[in-house]
Amino acid sequence: MARYFWLIPLLPGASAFVLLLFGRRLARRWVAWQASAAVFLSFALTLAALARLTSAGGGAAPLSKTLLPWIASGAFSASVAFTFDELAAVMAVVVTGVGFLIHVYSTAYMADDRAYARYFAFLNLFTFFMLVLVMASDIVLMFVGWEGVGLCSYLLIGFWFDRPAASKAGMKAFLVNRVGDAAFIIGILILLANVGSSSFAAINAAPGSGLLGPGLVTLIAILLFVGATGKSAQIPLYVWLPDAMEGPTPVSALIHAATMVTAGVYMVCRLSGLYTASPAAASVVAWVGAVTAVYAATMALVQHDIKRVLAYSTISQIGYMFVGCGVGAYAAGMFHLLTHAFFKSLLFLAAGSVIHALGGEQDMRRMGGLRKRLPVTFPVFLVGALAISGIPFLSGFFSKDAILTGAFAGGHYAVYALGLAAAVMTAFYMFRLVYVTFYGSERTSLAPGAHIHESPRAMTVPLVILAVLSALAGLIGLPVLFGERANVFGRFLESSFAAAAHHLAPATEIVLILAATASALLGLGLAFLLYRRSPGIPARLAGRFPGIYKLLLGKYYVDEAYDAVIVRPLVRGAEAVYENFDLKVVDGALNGSASAASGAGRGLNVLQSGLVRDYALAFLLGAIIFVGFLLL
Amino acid sequence: MIPPAAFFVLAVVLFVLGIVAFFVKKDLLTQFMAVEVMLNAGNLAVLALAKASGRPDGQAVVLFIITVAAAEAVIGLAIIVLIFRQRKSIRTDDLRDLKG
Amino acid sequence: MNTLASGIPIVSLVTFLPLAGAVLLVFIRGGSARTVRVVALAISLLTLALSLVLFAGYSGASGLPELVEKAAWLGRGLDYHVGVDGISLFLILLAAFLTPLALLSSWKAVDDRVKEFSLFMLLLETGVIGVFVSLNLFLFYVFWEAMLIPMYFLIGIWGGRRRIYATMKFVLFTMFGSLLMLVAIFVLQAAYFRATGAYSLTIADLAATSFAPGLQTWLFLAFCLAFAIKIPLFPLHTWLPDAHVEAPTAGSVLLAAILLKMGAYGFVRLGIPIFPQAAAAFAPALSIVAVVGIIYGGLMALVQKDMKSLVAYSSVSHMGLIMLAVFSLNFEATEGALYQMLNHGISTGALFLCVGVLYERTHTRLIADYGGVAARMPVFAGVFLVAMLSSAGLPGLNGFVGEILCFFGIFAANKVLAALGVSTVILSAAYLLWLYRRIMHGPVTDPADTRFRDLDRRELATLAPLVVLMVLMGLFPGPILRKMDASVSRYIESLKAKPPIAMTIEGPALTTRAPEPAAEPEP
Repeated sequence: MARYFWLIPLLPGASAFVLLLFGRRLARRWVAWQASAAVFLSFALTLAALARLTSAGGGAAPLSKTLLPWIASGAFSASVAFTFDELAAVMAVVVTGVGFLIHVYSTAYMADDRAYARYFAFLNLFTFFMLVLVMASDIVLMFVGWEGVGLCSYLLIGFWFDRPAASKAGMKAFLVNRVGDAAFIIGILILLANVGSSSFAAINAAPGSGLLGPGLVTLIAILLFVGATGKSAQIPLYVWLPDAMEGPTPVSALIHAATMVTAGVYMVCRLSGLYTASPAAASVVAWVGAVTAVYAATMALVQHDIKRVLAYSTISQIGYMFVGCGVGAYAAGMFHLLTHAFFKSLLFLAAGSVIHALGGEQDMRRMGGLRKRLPVTFPVFLVGALAISGIPFLSGFFSKDAILTGAFAGGHYAVYALGLAAAVMTAFYMFRLVYVTFYGSERTSLAPGAHIHESPRAMTVPLVILAVLSALAGLIGLPVLFGERANVFGRFLESSFAAAAHHLAPATEIVLILAATASALLGLGLAFLLYRRSPGIPARLAGRFPGIYKLLLGKYYVDEAYDAVIVRPLVRGAEAVYENFDLKVVDGALNGSASAASGAGRGLNVLQSGLVRDYALAFLLGAIIFVGFLLL
Repeated sequence: MIPPAAFFVLAVVLFVLGIVAFFVKKDLLTQFMAVEVMLNAGNLAVLALAKASGRPDGQAVVLFIITVAAAEAVIGLAIIVLIFRQRKSIRTDDLRDLKG
Repeated sequence: MNTLASGIPIVSLVTFLPLAGAVLLVFIRGGSARTVRVVALAISLLTLALSLVLFAGYSGASGLPELVEKAAWLGRGLDYHVGVDGISLFLILLAAFLTPLALLSSWKAVDDRVKEFSLFMLLLETGVIGVFVSLNLFLFYVFWEAMLIPMYFLIGIWGGRRRIYATMKFVLFTMFGSLLMLVAIFVLQAAYFRATGAYSLTIADLAATSFAPGLQTWLFLAFCLAFAIKIPLFPLHTWLPDAHVEAPTAGSVLLAAILLKMGAYGFVRLGIPIFPQAAAAFAPALSIVAVVGIIYGGLMALVQKDMKSLVAYSSVSHMGLIMLAVFSLNFEATEGALYQMLNHGISTGALFLCVGVLYERTHTRLIADYGGVAARMPVFAGVFLVAMLSSAGLPGLNGFVGEILCFFGIFAANKVLAALGVSTVILSAAYLLWLYRRIMHGPVTDPADTRFRDLDRRELATLAPLVVLMVLMGLFPGPILRKMDASVSRYIESLKAKPPIAMTIEGPALTTRAPEPAAEPEP
């Protein structure tokens, strides 16, 4: 079975192809079954391949297969080849597993939508491209998947394209990603020019074998990371993610929480050879991650839209993952990627359940008291919130702790402090969300007595599964404290990374764990205080610090800044150049020469008087001149 | 004997008179007559040369020229008559059809 | 290396069949417009079939021109000499492939003087294919000029409001460059004679001869001007937006897809091989001009109000990338440029066909007049999206293969210019997505509007082959690249064989004694 691992991306791809061409003519039930089954089969194959990897002791080689020679021209060659190793396995499990659950959820969530088939076609297409991305053997094919998921993100964010906001958001996502992609391409070009091969094995070995000097490694690593900031929504290219919430909620869960936005993290991990060889680049990664984590968390503190809170939370959590990679704790970063996929998609899907129940309401100020009305959604949401806040023994606790420990152990104390600050804020804004949405009095604008009911089973069952995973997934990555063999996950990924893990004294580890727990509880406590006990305080705080409040609510006006400093001058400038240069100068020169020619003609026309006398005079003069030449 | 130079001078004088007449006169008929004068001036020059060199070719050519001149005069005068019939005028300044 | 085994002059057949068809059309009397259209379409399809025979007959083993036919014509080196090689083969196929699609797209759009329209389209096809098959410099020039005439009429008669201005601008501008090229050709003929004592204008012979630096400079610049106007390189580009906007859809398709390539092809076939030292010396400056074109074209496309002029400026930008690759003078960049020429022909052809579909329904090309079309024309929305993504270079489609090869080659020549050139991925996404959003997305403004029927079978038939090609060429570039390999190798080898020498700007060196001590018989 594991022999057919290369079908993992192709099954959703084939399904997408069929749905794109014929989807509108197929029955809805068929569409739902086909799309979900394709992903499920991929998931099964992933598990089979994973089993093969973990069997035969730790010496099982990664599965590898070349499908197509693709491009070969002179010194350039790129092939369609897939590799299934440990790192790819983790990503594939997330993409196919969580992806499958979200497909099932979508069958109910999108049940009333006209473009059912188109939705599933795009969702399948996304799954295809994401799997190509994670299973690619070389960086060019990975880039195919990279851009492909960007395309699907555009298509799915702008799914309801008759809404101008959705259409704009989709375009913004694609363009901002493309800015990052331009840097990524330049990085690839430098790599190809110096390493000669595009395969990951060659690239990771290049710094060691001297093909890439330290300066070049740093340059390439940073360029690729800029691409990652676009895809994974970090500073400075994060601005598309909050707007991406215009898309359907399952899309937000899959693409903008669990998979596409983690592609940048995967890329850094895949190319760990480069980042380990360049401490400068690694610290850029760590710092950008840490600052983004705090920065995004501050904005999540005041947002009113439930999905926006989760969006900023995602940006913040991905910052954590990059911190993990930047400090050399790649396995920790990947671990957080895994747990985050579970609890963030859970949170998004549960939020979707709430929105669905309230008939489309997304503003938290018009929610409240829903915990009695939504008996399944509320508990699972609570589990997700606890997990993301890092409350002990749930999955987020272990993964966050791994990252913070890694930061501290590597001596990156400032980054550690930022991470801790973000942890406090994370717990705070998550429980603010929980309290405002599910506790207190019902503030919905629906007519009193309107039936607020729990979501159908197709939506609640995936929620429960994800909740269980969010709670228990931490157990595969227990800290070293519990024994050397406890970190199953870390050992699984050992061979993928060049960096050695740091070790701390058990006492230090315990202190760090306690610090992390304390920060989580602090945040939770503050939220309880402000939103449960004394609900008047937030309003008073906002009144006391109106400037800061406005700044946070207005997202630091970064969007407006980008628009004013980059977009508008560019467009105005181009318009000015078009009108004044292209039309007036260049065309003017052309038209001017044409009018000069016709002007000269008109001028010379004077000679054509029509009078015989004048013509005779011309003869005479000509004759005189001619004879004169002959005689002289 | 009259020296050949005298004939040349006469020919030149007649030619110049013809040119002047062509430019001074305003009507087509007189201008045409001026052109005839120029032609005959040329004829005279050829004849003088022929006599001076003693060869008979020149005198034969002159006879040809006179014949052709007669034919051309007929056609030219016919055109002038037709122009007059159409335009009711033979003032050259009024015939501007070739104006660019 | 000679004509097909059976002795049939296939290359001449492919070239002149459309001309014969045009003549045939002249003699069809009293036929309905439909008959004319069917006959023209049949001829163009037959030409396509024959060009596929050409494809099969070309082996690509040595890189030398194959299926060659040569016949003395006007003497003194002005011979009839045609053949195909890896560089020209696919451009011929492209022309043969797009002409029937263009004819099919005008089925309903042109209903006035249909016979003349079809006639000119077929003449255009002959002219264009003739340029690509010519192996003799003078013959090349003849076909180069020949395709101006049908284009003049196509724009001038069946074009839009400002068609006379646009077509005059196009013809005069192009001809201005070509005239200098003609002078250069005759200077070259004289120089070759002085150098070798024989007359020849065969491109291969000229390429094998070394010319004095001063002479090379001026001749290269003369050719360069003619090609640069055609491509078009900034700042000689302003004829293109006007020509495209005013031309009928079929004309735009062929103009963008094929005619623009002739300029780039001219550089690769003639300009660079015959004057390698001059080309190497001017390459940096020309590369900068190309990069300016990429960015300038992209920015201008962003602010256009008319759909067709947006696509026209995008062509300036794309051709800039192709030329940047050509001037990089290395193998990968040249193959990338040739592949990208094909890609651009297909994707821009598709974009113009899409614009034509919209224009036929509303008779307006202003972007502001559209909105929410996707809801009413879902199939069209999908096709338009794929065409757009191909033009923007989405990996998986054809545009990416060409772009990545170009970037790879350009980077080897000049890193900074390559980095600047990469900006095209941002700019093209920007203006294309903006166009798509503005036209297709958004609420349906007037539900009672019945003008937006989805694609009918004929329109789908014109667009579907292009979409299929986009996907196939994106996944399987191998067959095309393999046939180009040998010819491009020879091209690069010939460049390397002539070491760069210092270029001087002396006066036209006609009177300079050539270094070769050949005897000088009177011409």
